[in-house]
Amino acid sequence: MSHADTLGSQSAGAMEQPAFSVPAKKMAMWLFIIADTATFAACLVAYGFIRNATPNWPRPFHSITNVALMTFILITSSLTMLFGIEAAKAGDKAKAFRWTMITAGGGALFALLHIREWLGLIGEGMTLFKNPWGTGLFGSMFFSITGLHLLHVTGGVIALVAVGIRYQGGRYGADDLEITGLYWHFVDLVWMFVVPLVYLLNLGH
Amino acid sequence: MTTAGHQSSVGKYVVIYFCILAIAGLQFVVAYSDISGSQMLVRMLVLAIIEAALAILFFMHLWMENRGLLWFVVISTVFVLLAMQYGWTDSFRLSGGVPWAS
Repeated sequence: MSHADTLGSQSAGAMEQPAFSVPAKKMAMWLFIIADTATFAACLVAYGFIRNATPNWPRPFHSITNVALMTFILITSSLTMLFGIEAAKAGDKAKAFRWTMITAGGGALFALLHIREWLGLIGEGMTLFKNPWGTGLFGSMFFSITGLHLLHVTGGVIALVAVGIRYQGGRYGADDLEITGLYWHFVDLVWMFVVPLVYLLNLGH
Repeated sequence: MTTAGHQSSVGKYVVIYFCILAIAGLQFVVAYSDISGSQMLVRMLVLAIIEAALAILFFMHLWMENRGLLWFVVISTVFVLLAMQYGWTDSFRLSGGVPWAS
């Protein structure tokens, strides 16, 4: 437990333990993850509601190569994050920093592939309000859900780089890396639902 | 953590990683199978939930945390997710082309 966590539990009361014996920083991240899960769930439920209620829903995805590659990159980046955290717990700062930067690199690559996919769809005539294949609602749903996820990925990449550099400089510890890792795994988790619901159920075949 | 413990954790993560990759691959196979839309949706959701459970319990270490935290996260999240589902009857009413309830 870090000095800041000790101060936190002392200021609350002499005998008070942190909730579920989890340090305050980690608990804050779990609470954020629960809240963000509700946000994404609301977006996906709204998407499902609208898709179910709309007769001319387009199914424009013909190739799964790009989304399969993006999925592979994101899941692998979760693994590299775990390697970094294990190295940090073992006290190997250089190795932990290296794996954290590899994870950030994976996230950046995911974001680039995603933007490339967006540009391809925009080039085919898809916008937020219309597309050549069916109801214009498809574009608003697709861009808002994937855009929100892309925003989270971008924020995660920035956080990984910032925390990684400060960890290497000695300002942050292994627990800070672990907490940032929790957020990164959450971003991957959301993608595990976005892919089947937004991409695979809209395959044109 | 000892070297043996460290190796064991890394080995476990790699196994879970390949399980998650395999389930993701299975979703792509389901996407190309000749089944109805509702069957496909159910299978996709079941696979996604299994993937998510593996990631939450092992990648996010929730299985190793205090059991109270695990139940807090699971119960609060599931409750909120279930509470969002009450509007589906309206979606089916709209898809049937009926603007107002009789």
